[in-house]
Amino acid sequence: MAATAIQRKEKLIERIFLLIAFSSIFSLFIIALFIFAEGLPLIWKVGLKDFLLSTRWAPTKGHFGIFAMIVSSFWVTIGALLFGGPLGLMCSFFLVEFASDRLRAFIKPALELLAGIPSVVYGFLGVVYLVPLVRDYLGGPGLSLLTASIILGIMILPTVISISVDALVAVPDSYREAAFSLGATRWQTTYMVTVHAARSGIITSLVLGMGRAVGETMAVIMIAGNALKIPLSPLDPLRTLTSNIALEMGYASGMHRQALFATGIVLFFFVMALNTIATVYARRKRIK
Amino acid sequence: MAEFILEIKHFNLFYGDFPALKDLSFSIKEHTVTALIGPSGCGKSTLLRSFNRMNDLIQGVRTEGEILFKGENIAQNGINLVALRQKIGMVFQRPNPFPLTVRDNITFGPRVMGEKKADILEAAVEKSLTRVGLWKVLKDSLEKNALSLSDEQQQRLCIARLLAVKPEIVLMDEPCSALDPIATLRIEELMLELKKRYTVVVVTHNMQQAARVSDETGLMYLGELIEFDNTKKIFTTPSQKITEDYVTGKFG
Repeated sequence: MAATAIQRKEKLIERIFLLIAFSSIFSLFIIALFIFAEGLPLIWKVGLKDFLLSTRWAPTKGHFGIFAMIVSSFWVTIGALLFGGPLGLMCSFFLVEFASDRLRAFIKPALELLAGIPSVVYGFLGVVYLVPLVRDYLGGPGLSLLTASIILGIMILPTVISISVDALVAVPDSYREAAFSLGATRWQTTYMVTVHAARSGIITSLVLGMGRAVGETMAVIMIAGNALKIPLSPLDPLRTLTSNIALEMGYASGMHRQALFATGIVLFFFVMALNTIATVYARRKRIK
Repeated sequence: MAEFILEIKHFNLFYGDFPALKDLSFSIKEHTVTALIGPSGCGKSTLLRSFNRMNDLIQGVRTEGEILFKGENIAQNGINLVALRQKIGMVFQRPNPFPLTVRDNITFGPRVMGEKKADILEAAVEKSLTRVGLWKVLKDSLEKNALSLSDEQQQRLCIARLLAVKPEIVLMDEPCSALDPIATLRIEELMLELKKRYTVVVVTHNMQQAARVSDETGLMYLGELIEFDNTKKIFTTPSQKITEDYVTGKFG
């Protein structure tokens, strides 16, 4: 039987939607292509080892080592995890296991609002309130690893909380019933049973939170001090990979510009690795 | 023997305004198996869950009357629920071992009570698993994830997990409904074994099961206790018409 006009129209619409859906993947592909096309020649010229493991970054004089920034990004991410991880997890434990329905209905939207605050506002608050506090009470310039970690820790809260809340909610109530019926308190039930059952989702939430922290730029520029060296204490200023790109892209040209794109490649792999870990853990959960 | 361990006196339970249990009065003897039977929705599980206050987890539940456990009213407010649930434990309809190792499942109860000594925990593992007939099978796989066991083994493990808490009463809410007939028979044997040390109250849909394992049987219908008596009597010469109709399969 020949296709009717309606069926042909249906097919056409299907194609159009497919095309639109692919355009987002296409843009990802284009971005990756450009970063690699711009950045790879520099890595080739400088050498991967010198690029990644040298601490000398003086692009106008031909030195392109980003090791200090890699270390800085690493520490800032770990720092954010140290502050945001426990806080976010405790918050999600409270929301799922302890809070009444009414309290939860109030807190959850408020937390989602947290995700909607522009990062420049976080940075601003950090500069105005947190930086002087750290400088006056702990010493150093105030613009530091510690300050950036605290602010980033707060910024990753929505990611950590929303994903770990989903994971905890997915834990069957039969586990909780069993634990209560054995005389366990809510907290015992939470840390002895529920957390184990939701482990993969909780790890996913932390890893994606790290992904958020490693990619954050604006707030970090404002509060981390941007000094080009390996931080030796939490009170030292530092410059992350993202900060460096944002700070120098405006005036960079030639090899300098290529070096910034190459930095993008490194970030690209960082985030890819974190997302892959998160996906692997999320999948493990589903199989169970 | 023949001491009453549980005495239910004019007990009522409401879900909001709905009366789910109406003026129940009966007593349960120590070291017996008591079966609660009746059609779905008759309130037998609700009653069972009143004995260790699991209904407290549901919002809007209110009770009247008394349930005396060794003379103490456990239906009143302000009772220590943690201590109560350690004395009156529960086995659920679907086996619900924790997604932990066999060992961690068994030691959960003792650890909850603050036991930390490894040798005491080990002893509890062996003793509890032995009592449910799993020790020989599982002694070399204590590190196995409990979810990888068969349904019957999981249910036995749940019973063992409960025994490690040293309860006095074991409540069982249709403990065999997820098991095949052979596993069911073996769990029933276990119930008879358990009543030597514990008091067992079992809710069941399966009338043959009630007839096989219980000493006394209560028939519930629409939230009321129609008849509570010696199991033999309930199944042969019941005094109520409803009981006779139910045990002969005319309804339910």
